[in-house]
Amino acid sequence: MTAAALDFNISSDLLTDIRRWRTRAMVVGVIGVILLVLGWVTSPAQFYRSYLWAYIYFLGIAAGSMAWLMLQYLTGGAWGVAIRRPAEAAARTIPVMAVLFVPIAIGYASLYPWAHSDLVAADPILKHKAAYLNFPFFLVRAVAILGGWSLLSVLLNRWSLREDREGPRPAHNLMARLSGPGLIFWVFAVTFMSIDWVMSLNPDWFSTMFGLLFVAGQGLSSIAFLITILVLLSQQRPLSEILTTRHLHDVGKLMFANVMLWAYFSFSQWLIIWAGNLPEEIPWYAERLRGGWQYVALVLVFGHFALPFALLLSRDLKRNFKLLRRIAVFVLAMRVVDVYWFVIPDATRGAALSPSWIDVGAFLGIGGIWAMLFLGQLAKRPLIPANDIHIIEALEHGR
Amino acid sequence: MRKPDGVYGLMAEFDDPTMLVNAARAAREKGFRRLDAYTPFPIEDLTDALHLHRNKLPLIVLIGGLTGGFTGYLLQYFTTVIYYPINIAGRPLHSWPSYIIITFELTILFASISAVLGLLGLCGLPMPYHPVFNVPRFSAASRDRFFLCIESTDPLFDRQSTTKFLESLDAKEVSEVEH
Repeated sequence: MTAAALDFNISSDLLTDIRRWRTRAMVVGVIGVILLVLGWVTSPAQFYRSYLWAYIYFLGIAAGSMAWLMLQYLTGGAWGVAIRRPAEAAARTIPVMAVLFVPIAIGYASLYPWAHSDLVAADPILKHKAAYLNFPFFLVRAVAILGGWSLLSVLLNRWSLREDREGPRPAHNLMARLSGPGLIFWVFAVTFMSIDWVMSLNPDWFSTMFGLLFVAGQGLSSIAFLITILVLLSQQRPLSEILTTRHLHDVGKLMFANVMLWAYFSFSQWLIIWAGNLPEEIPWYAERLRGGWQYVALVLVFGHFALPFALLLSRDLKRNFKLLRRIAVFVLAMRVVDVYWFVIPDATRGAALSPSWIDVGAFLGIGGIWAMLFLGQLAKRPLIPANDIHIIEALEHGR
Repeated sequence: MRKPDGVYGLMAEFDDPTMLVNAARAAREKGFRRLDAYTPFPIEDLTDALHLHRNKLPLIVLIGGLTGGFTGYLLQYFTTVIYYPINIAGRPLHSWPSYIIITFELTILFASISAVLGLLGLCGLPMPYHPVFNVPRFSAASRDRFFLCIESTDPLFDRQSTTKFLESLDAKEVSEVEH
């Protein structure tokens, strides 16, 4: 089979479907935004908490997808060709997601204890950390993280378009050369993001494992999302003629690896803090193991690790489109719970578990807007990059 | 399995891996089941073509891994709870979080050892003699040639017709494998 014999453009049926999904996402988004506005009026503190949680979740899918995009430019392989276009579309949402950071920058004082000078003055640890944890520097770092990701997204997508027009060279070399430093930047950016936006909700506490947990988390959220979208698209042309069980098997293995990576990092952080048993370290777990949060933790142990791990061991399951999509959706749901368990207990200063309707509003609002952006971007380009240097390998993969 | 007066099988030689994979697929489709391929490097598609995915190795590795995990856990349990019950930082004697690392490591260790030994066992190794080496050109299988062997124990095996069949697959050379 040659690349020229196939039409990689989105078929008209699929385009109709994507437009319909996009309209639905828009409706969900509008409902969510209305709830968010009501929430902001009735309880600003709850609004900012819910917003931060949902924002970190969806930004993680976008930034994580870009990380997979950069990784496949470095490693090559047939799986990369399959996920490239959905991952590029997800990466193109990052500049808009950067703008959606504004509410957090406005509400920072409601979220972070270090923003209150009286609290800082009373706490020697906070006084010591004030050189890092202050609003101007916080903002500078946020701009650097989101600006850096936006720049990577713009460059990678511009060169990808150039590759479609002019052939693999020099576009591929440019993308591959940017991807190495880009991935390193991504890991640092996720680390600083996790420290600034999540860890500093409880500014006395620290963990060196924290950034890596978010690296694994973003990687897992985004690969589960990419699997879901691939299976969804595989029912119609062009992917119905291109995607084989082997492509699916490959991305399924990546999801499996990320489930284990997340569990490994999570357990490492827990073991170190449990073994140390130090008063400045244990509060983070203490407040997450009482007031209803302990059940959330159990759900994570079984749902985020044990169940997907046991299921994904199976080779047949990783090659079954429907089953793998179900597991991917389940993992995406567990990621929502995980980010909630990370963000909310500290944002409520250790209060018991009490989900709010504003949480629902934030999730639907940001999620709806994000899905709308993503689907709009996805419809813009052919679903397979015809000039990818691995295209022949990808088309023959599993045939 | 040995047939004293017969041959071990028929060996077809191919120039490139794609031809070999196609030949293996065609032989499977024709109904041959006792066949094997020999290549200088691993070819993923060949495993699919020969339907070699189902074997007992995963079960052996699973049993090995579970044995390792239980061994690791029980080793620590008996040491810290029963034989040397020492109070460390006021923690309960059965402090399972600290057992996890050793349990995990022994799971991996036992699983990998079972994988290696299981592989050797299932392949029948070590094997000082194998008839395929009687084919003079077979040494090229570790350099740049690709071989497919249909064994005489296959119910469909017949010297003339199977030779013709292999020749029809564009084999460079078909030779009989002596015992």
